[in-house]
Amino acid sequence: MTCKAEYYIVGETAWCPGCGNFAIREALAEALAELCLEPHGVLLVSGIGQAAKIPHYIKANGFNGLHGRALPPAVGARAANHNLKVIVESGDGDSYGEGGNHFIHNIRRNPDIAHFVHNNQVYGLTKGQASPTSDPGMVTGVQVDGVTVPPLNPLSLALVMGAGFVARCFSGEKEHLKETMEEAINFSGYALVDILQPCVSFNKVNTRGWYKKRVYFPEIKDLRDWSAAMDLSRQWGDQIPLGIFYNNPHRTFEESRSALEGEPLSFRPFDPEEVSDLQEEFL
Amino acid sequence: MEVNILIGGAAGQGMETIMNLLGKALVREGLGLISAKDYMSRVRGGHNFSKLRIAPGSPWSTVESVDILVALNEETYHLHRDNLTPSGRVIYDPQQFSLPDNENRGVPVELQKLAEEAGGKVMANTVAVGALLVLMGFKTPTVEELLKDTFAGKEGIAEKNITALKAGYDAAARFCSACFDLPPKNEDGKKLFIDGNQVLGMAALASGCRFLSAYPMTPSTGIMNYLAGKSLDYPVVVEQAEDEIAAVNMALGASYTGVRAMTCTSGGGFSLMVEGISLAGMTETPIVVVVAMRPGPATGLPTRTEQGDLEFILHSGHGEFPRAVLSATSHEDAFYRLNKAFELADRYQTPIFFLSDQNFADTHRSVEPYDFSRLGYNRHLAEEGGFDKPYRRYQFTDNGISPRVLPGQFENEVVLVDSDEHDENGNIIEDATTRRSMAEKRMRKLDGLTEEMDEPDLYGDPHPEVLLIGWGSTYGVIREAVDALAALGAKTAMLHFSDLWPLPQKRLRSLLAKVEKSYCIENNAGGQLSALIRRETGLSTGESILKYDGRPFLPHEIVEEVQDDL
Repeated sequence: MTCKAEYYIVGETAWCPGCGNFAIREALAEALAELCLEPHGVLLVSGIGQAAKIPHYIKANGFNGLHGRALPPAVGARAANHNLKVIVESGDGDSYGEGGNHFIHNIRRNPDIAHFVHNNQVYGLTKGQASPTSDPGMVTGVQVDGVTVPPLNPLSLALVMGAGFVARCFSGEKEHLKETMEEAINFSGYALVDILQPCVSFNKVNTRGWYKKRVYFPEIKDLRDWSAAMDLSRQWGDQIPLGIFYNNPHRTFEESRSALEGEPLSFRPFDPEEVSDLQEEFL
Repeated sequence: MEVNILIGGAAGQGMETIMNLLGKALVREGLGLISAKDYMSRVRGGHNFSKLRIAPGSPWSTVESVDILVALNEETYHLHRDNLTPSGRVIYDPQQFSLPDNENRGVPVELQKLAEEAGGKVMANTVAVGALLVLMGFKTPTVEELLKDTFAGKEGIAEKNITALKAGYDAAARFCSACFDLPPKNEDGKKLFIDGNQVLGMAALASGCRFLSAYPMTPSTGIMNYLAGKSLDYPVVVEQAEDEIAAVNMALGASYTGVRAMTCTSGGGFSLMVEGISLAGMTETPIVVVVAMRPGPATGLPTRTEQGDLEFILHSGHGEFPRAVLSATSHEDAFYRLNKAFELADRYQTPIFFLSDQNFADTHRSVEPYDFSRLGYNRHLAEEGGFDKPYRRYQFTDNGISPRVLPGQFENEVVLVDSDEHDENGNIIEDATTRRSMAEKRMRKLDGLTEEMDEPDLYGDPHPEVLLIGWGSTYGVIREAVDALAALGAKTAMLHFSDLWPLPQKRLRSLLAKVEKSYCIENNAGGQLSALIRRETGLSTGESILKYDGRPFLPHEIVEEVQDDL
């Protein structure tokens, strides 16, 4: 175990040259290295999309499941083995569109999971349709009149639903991204990091330059000030704030389950005969 | 030598409470019985009833005729009076309604008034139990003991209920005492009084199931209730998912990281799960899926029964992958068979289905205590030295089963699973050669599964002329029909399938060739088992006896259909 970022980088990617995913992968590898987490103790769960291929490109356990369904298996995994560091990585379509219901309810459930959303405001793998976070007016092959519906605001939604950790990063600010990832991984409970990234092939509006011009680091005095976090989450347009907006842990899914005290369920021995007293209540 | 009781009223009047109290008490007294629920999808009002049949041994099915009718409202009397035997009795509350003048079978018991005198209207049910006991010639101590158990720790509640019980007993004793002949008591020791969902919940827990994620859906919810009730004392996590899509995917995550995991639902919820089923097949993740069937399509009849989802389960999930489908036939068998589902899931690393239905789920029977030493907990996990390093989750093998390692089980070994087609490591591929090899590897597991299937149960005449074929929860009723037909002189046998897929064919082929007449009896409109048998064997199962009105078969319905042909 070397605790070096290069150790975690594996595989040949299917990403376009210049894709924001590369920086996100590097930041993740660096974060894992700085936390010195061993690959067999880390689980990456993803859905489907370009971002969701990341379990193939990072040395760790990986569950590359169904489109929109990254969070549910991650919760199941935590229940079975709460010694695993579980990270969910997927795109904006996967996390906020197809998986919207799981997003909402896992904020409520509050499992100890770091959720890194690669948000490029467009569908990449299906070649350029609008995503739930696309800006109004964006013209695509399907949204021929331009996007007419307002975007989903993941950070405001997460705050309203009671998320304990809410952050926004940008793939072009890799050092900040890495540090935020580390905080999110160490956070006890559900931690959302919405990561803005350019899609060089399909998003001609929100380019690297577009983001670069707008992002800034506001001074955040109190990480438990929910209203201030809410204000930051609603800033969009000429000025897009980056940072951890809110950090206020509360009781997790795992802490609320008495069955999860002690050894992970996965590794506890069992013999059916030990529980034969179960039938006594029916006598 | 048998007594049939029907307790009816509006939803919320507590028929189930009466039945459970009475049933358990009678089983403790050594009687064999079955009790079934007929209820509407509403919380208050409507007409619900429970039937209880006391008969020699442990009866397999309820019947149409009623010896004691407990009418908690007037509607109940009118709906069921035609089934009441001439020597039957009607327990009713004369303050609520009166019986017609020509009805001389009435046993008026002021249920509400006596309950209020004992301490509260809510105990009207306990008064009714007292009345029932005296009619059958029982004393009250067994029920008193049960009431004390039930309300242990709740000061005074048991005592008030005992007062209510005795009041009902004394009131009814004035009209009729011990006026029904009961079958002889079983002398072979204690029996359980348990319903189908409880059997499955207990079987899951005793099989080492440590994670259940589900969304409540009748008639499967009892399984979830059972396991949730145990989760404070046993190492099991029960999670109510936001929807069935989450339920199945959560269970897959839990299974992948190492526990025996299960989900349970009914047809509509299962419809939402099918993409996850396909994921289980592709990622080769063990999972047990209990589907408690109810009539569809769509919301259908939520609280009623049907065997309408066999074809759906057989074909659920896009793409091709191996699966097994087992079913709940009797309370005796289902306990061990659900364990078999868990064993198969771990051994073959693929989804295993367990089909139940409302008829099985909600029916209580008296059964022998289970032998927990017959249950298996074989996880088939690789041990150190049992796999090549670095670990490959989808290593090609002769039988298609790859060595299974859990995330975190071994230093420096990682486990990668993927819903895309993948290579032995679990990495995405698109080349034709690997795809072909991987598809063949998965499907090879079907050969092993085929060997695991139990032949259908043969009951009745060893050299039958008439064969009744069935599957799932119709086991008991067809068995009773076989006995009735045998008594009429017909050489009849039942061939009943518990394991449905891969379809066991040996016994079926040999019998169908010999019998003169055969029937396939199913609680559906399409004859789905019959179609499956034809597809797999080219053989016809003969006539179909189908029932799809949402109600379970009664023995006489089958007997009459067959008799007409003889």
